[in-house]
Amino acid sequence: MKFTCLSKGGGFHFPPCHMLNVSGFRVLFDCPLDLSALTIFAPIPTDSRTIGDEESSDFAIRESVDTEAGVRKRQKIEKPIDANCLIYAQPWYKTVNNLHLWNVSFIDVVLISSPMGMLGLPYLTRNKDFSAKIYVTEAAARLGQLMMEDLVSMHMEYRQFYGPEESSVPQWMKSEEFELLPSALRKMVLGKDGTELGGWMPLYSAAHLKDCMTKVKKLRYAEETCYNGTLVIKAISSGLEIGACNWMINSPKRNIAYVSGSIFDSGHAMDFDYHALQGSDMIIYSDFSTLLTTEDNEQSTSSDDNNNWEELTKSLSNNDESSEEREKLAFICSCAIDSVKSGGSVLIPIDQIGVLLQLLEQISIFLKSSGLEIPIYIISSVAEELLAYTNIIPEWLCKQRQEKLFSGESLFAHVELIKEKKIHVFPAVHSPKLLINWQEPCVVFCPHWSLRLGPAVHLLRRWCRDPNSLLVLEDETDADIALLPFKPMSMKLGNALVKLQKVKPLLKTLQPKSVLFPEDLGNRVSFTNINSFSVSHYSENETLRIPSLKESSELEIATDLASQLHWSNLKQRNLNITRLKGELLIDQGKHRLLSGNEQDGSSQNKPILHWGSPDPENLLAALSKMGINGHVEQSMTDAESDEACIVHVQDPNKALIEVTATGTIISAADEDLASRIFEAIVNVLEGI
Amino acid sequence: MAIECLVLGAGQEIGKSCVVVTINGKRIMFDCGMHMGYQDRRRYPDFSLISKSRDFDNSLDCIVITHFHLDHVGALPYFTEVCGYRGPIYMTYPTKALAPLMLEDYRKVMIDQRGEEEQFTSAHIAECMKKVIAVDLKQTVQVDKELQIRAYYAGHVLGAAMFYAKVGDAAMVYTGDYNMTPDRHLGAAQIDRLQLDLLITESTYAGTIRDSKYAREREFLKAVHNCVAGGGKVLIPTFALGRAQELSILLDDYWERMNLKVPIYFSAGLTIQANMYYKMLISWTSQKVKETYATHNAFDFKNVRNFDRSLIDAPGPCVLFATPGMISGGFSLEVFKRWAPFEMNLVTLPGYCVAGTIGHKLMSGKPAKIDLDKDTQIDVRCQIHQLSFSPHTDAKGIMDLVKFLSPKHVILVHGEKPKMATLKERIQSELGIQCYHPANKESVSIPSSHFVKAGASNAFIRSCLNPNFKFSKSSLEEKSDSGSQGIKSVPWMQISDERVSEGILVLEKSKKAKIVHQDELLHMLKKQKHEVQFAYCCPVHIEKVEKTETTDLIPTTDELSVPDKSSLIKPLLEKLSSELSEAKIHDFGEHLQLESFHVSICLKDNCPYRITDSLQNKSKAAFFCCSWSAADEKLAWRIISIMENCNLTAN
Repeated sequence: MKFTCLSKGGGFHFPPCHMLNVSGFRVLFDCPLDLSALTIFAPIPTDSRTIGDEESSDFAIRESVDTEAGVRKRQKIEKPIDANCLIYAQPWYKTVNNLHLWNVSFIDVVLISSPMGMLGLPYLTRNKDFSAKIYVTEAAARLGQLMMEDLVSMHMEYRQFYGPEESSVPQWMKSEEFELLPSALRKMVLGKDGTELGGWMPLYSAAHLKDCMTKVKKLRYAEETCYNGTLVIKAISSGLEIGACNWMINSPKRNIAYVSGSIFDSGHAMDFDYHALQGSDMIIYSDFSTLLTTEDNEQSTSSDDNNNWEELTKSLSNNDESSEEREKLAFICSCAIDSVKSGGSVLIPIDQIGVLLQLLEQISIFLKSSGLEIPIYIISSVAEELLAYTNIIPEWLCKQRQEKLFSGESLFAHVELIKEKKIHVFPAVHSPKLLINWQEPCVVFCPHWSLRLGPAVHLLRRWCRDPNSLLVLEDETDADIALLPFKPMSMKLGNALVKLQKVKPLLKTLQPKSVLFPEDLGNRVSFTNINSFSVSHYSENETLRIPSLKESSELEIATDLASQLHWSNLKQRNLNITRLKGELLIDQGKHRLLSGNEQDGSSQNKPILHWGSPDPENLLAALSKMGINGHVEQSMTDAESDEACIVHVQDPNKALIEVTATGTIISAADEDLASRIFEAIVNVLEGI
Repeated sequence: MAIECLVLGAGQEIGKSCVVVTINGKRIMFDCGMHMGYQDRRRYPDFSLISKSRDFDNSLDCIVITHFHLDHVGALPYFTEVCGYRGPIYMTYPTKALAPLMLEDYRKVMIDQRGEEEQFTSAHIAECMKKVIAVDLKQTVQVDKELQIRAYYAGHVLGAAMFYAKVGDAAMVYTGDYNMTPDRHLGAAQIDRLQLDLLITESTYAGTIRDSKYAREREFLKAVHNCVAGGGKVLIPTFALGRAQELSILLDDYWERMNLKVPIYFSAGLTIQANMYYKMLISWTSQKVKETYATHNAFDFKNVRNFDRSLIDAPGPCVLFATPGMISGGFSLEVFKRWAPFEMNLVTLPGYCVAGTIGHKLMSGKPAKIDLDKDTQIDVRCQIHQLSFSPHTDAKGIMDLVKFLSPKHVILVHGEKPKMATLKERIQSELGIQCYHPANKESVSIPSSHFVKAGASNAFIRSCLNPNFKFSKSSLEEKSDSGSQGIKSVPWMQISDERVSEGILVLEKSKKAKIVHQDELLHMLKKQKHEVQFAYCCPVHIEKVEKTETTDLIPTTDELSVPDKSSLIKPLLEKLSSELSEAKIHDFGEHLQLESFHVSICLKDNCPYRITDSLQNKSKAAFFCCSWSAADEKLAWRIISIMENCNLTAN
């Protein structure tokens, strides 16, 4: 087994990406996009700035640099970056660079763990050499598709502005151009070690996306699917997002659990199902978001194995993950109320579906309890469908939401709020309906968290100078660079949700034989105390080889076949052996030997393989038992093997037996005699 | 190992489905239904057969409910709350959501209308449902370490599922009720090709083959339309869930198309509430309905509204859905009493009514009067329309499913005895599968499959996967299209790749059985291979056609001169090829080979393997040294006999 971490990713929107080689199959985990890198581009210029302007200003910058000469270049970098440093061009998108080093035609399976993990998938599927089987949960596939459709539609705005893309490499990708970028931006373009320029790609088209979705095989949670008869693959809920999952891969030699970002107690998605990860030989731990604290670990190790489940359950039941999340939500809501009370509007460019859905509910409650009649707008090309979809998927939601189904209530409050016209859903900022209904102050939910795409750009421009308005950012947004184009800002800032996760004694409880652990996290968690499992550390772009655990695979023999076996006993070693013949069937990761079609019982009993060496005396005795008589002549001519001897048979007919250490040759003129001699020899040998 | 199947209900009848299966020591109850036709204790399965001591927690590992119909779930609250079963109960999400509505509705009918003693209360239903674990389709649920269950789409009602259960190597499927053809709001049953020891299938329509549903749907719409056009009232007695929604979709759609304004009512608020569930569970409907969720959820009926009791005698036409389905009491009976005496009105009846209900009486010939009880008699003058579409599979569907799954055994339940017997015969004769149709309280025991586990070495697995190509020449007589060349013999090569899995199973004391490749065995034993071979130096007659002068000069020689050596191989090859036409003889110039049989010219004066000196005319003989291994004994002696009895012509 080989494991290569292609990217550690970065946070919720950019999950990690790995390549696993198991049982001869290459499995790719996730194919994300690093959308945080979008911030190097300037948002779509406002009407006042024409393309001509943009070009000349771009030219101006370049010229000024030229005159300032190379020596002073560094000094320029030290200057604080401003909006003019951003790239004024149609954005490209940053894929996982290391993935491009692999030949796509060699990938056998792609496993997508979350909607975010599939945003880069159309780049793979549009490649004509790509032929891997892609597995995604049904809900993740639907949400991922909506996110990608939204991405494509938001990007259209740029395309309309800058015109169709030039076929050649864009200006900003040329080395003389990006050399001039401030170091912070340059790092985003090239990556830490300066190698990531090749990861940038122009956005895929709607057609590529559509085609991509047809190639996806959709699964339910805990649905078993079998790849090539060998790998049994199962998606297990991870709690991170609706449809997000960890993976169980059962191969004939080992059972692997792939654990990425997981949340024990989610407010919307089905919780992390850690019970289902039991029985895995190896856990690939890939949750980089976890804030690990070692104290928790120490406490749990004292307990003995039997109590582990109980302890884990206990530690989960009194966990404050969700309460902390609720507090955060409540805080944002109260900030929002303050803003609207003072006449400002609230802009919430958040794309985490769970946060969006919960904030919608919470803010409505807060507004109601404050007696405020403030409209809530949701502006996105896919919002209507997204909201409708979230209300028809009880199977993918957390316990509390499922209870709503059983008591006949809507799964999320937005269903009623839309009916009551408290929430208004529009596809775009320029929708006629929006223009008629628009009312300020208001609360707006819209994409995109990078502040470079979608309605958020326009609304932020509108409100950035208003000190009463509030902008709620995702904590992953790098506010310094993201807000550059909107400076000077008078708007208030709020941060949504730092997901705090306590480390759980999870690994110890699951009792795998081995664990693959990220090196960076490894330093923060000590596994020194009595481990029942071995730990290997992996780091980005390094291939880890893991030796096989089992020497042999499990094989199941059909009862009818097993009952027909003819056992022979080898006395000196206390062994029973038998020849086994059948048809091997590999299905569902299991090797099964079934009785074959051919029926030749006669040959089955006859040994084919012999070992040992016949002692001349014994041989003569065995021969005489069969009525064959002869005498031994010790061969003198054969010097190399001193045990060689020849038996001359006279009676009943002339025959010759030549015995050496490694073989016997029978020579007789008639068939009957030859086969009788053969029988006699086999009797003094051991064989099967 | 055996699978033990105890039928507690729906054995040779329809009603109170309940089968308890013991599979490798695990005991599962499939469905826990009640019988609508009985009012006494016969309405529930005889649970005492499960455990004499009524210790159900220890005698059952889990209960699986296939769908929300009362004949499948009706006895569940009684079993959990009154009998005290506390183990796990599994059903799909829609069943868990909808079953309490059915149970509550039934309970009300029992108490309010019939004034019966309460078997279970509302609280019982709520408590019972709390114990239910909801499952998704295809989700593999590990009930405990050994027992695994999985639901498959059955298409009978919303959330109906067939259940797969597996313990060790033994596996089975219990279908519940299912439908093999998609209908207006549900898809067709869907299941994987599984390896099964046992299939327990419903057989409601064991003797019926049905054609397309659309004609009958049109018939229904026409009957309803005619009635309301004539100012009549249409009573559609249905259960709250399932049929009501299916017919509503049908009517709502028809009303839109025909621009009808006649009101469609749902009785007692219950069904409107049910629509709410249907909206959230739309992903369990058919593909077509499912796709409507974003724009207009198909269960948002435009023309349907709530019914008020005061509307019963209101003038003007209307359509009313009322519960319960078979007019066994409740609101549908109340409305029936008022509407039945008028000719312009219409009552539709479901495809199946349990004996003892009014629905059943109406179905069995149209009576003019129905005796409700001693004092009440109803004049029946209204029209009766029987809905002939039913969400059950027909006989063809059952046969298709059985054929598709090809289980080792089939048990038929949920059907009528004579039809089941016919179907059983068909399954046994047409598909060659052992089939049973036990009556209630009977038990069937069938053997289950079991595999012996062993470790397999890598070399063994690899050797099994090695291609094993066999080439055989054939000639195919082919008529050429042009006809000018007539029949042409085209030689063609047949290639087969039958992989042989052959190894050696080693059983060492106190160790796990292991399968190794035979080469590995010797290594394990630290022994050397000892090859036993046969050898024979075979004399062959030679006729020399062209006698050259040189041979005359050496007349007494036994052996042929060197230049003749290879020249004798060719004629031998020809000879053997003609005699053994089917075999492929390899010509290596110096020697020939067929399987392990190996022949070359022997030039030794005194070959040790030259056993016979029986040959008379040595001058006309050549010797061929042959060797072979035991496996080709028969073949070798056949070749030798050919060689000994032939005359080779040396050039």
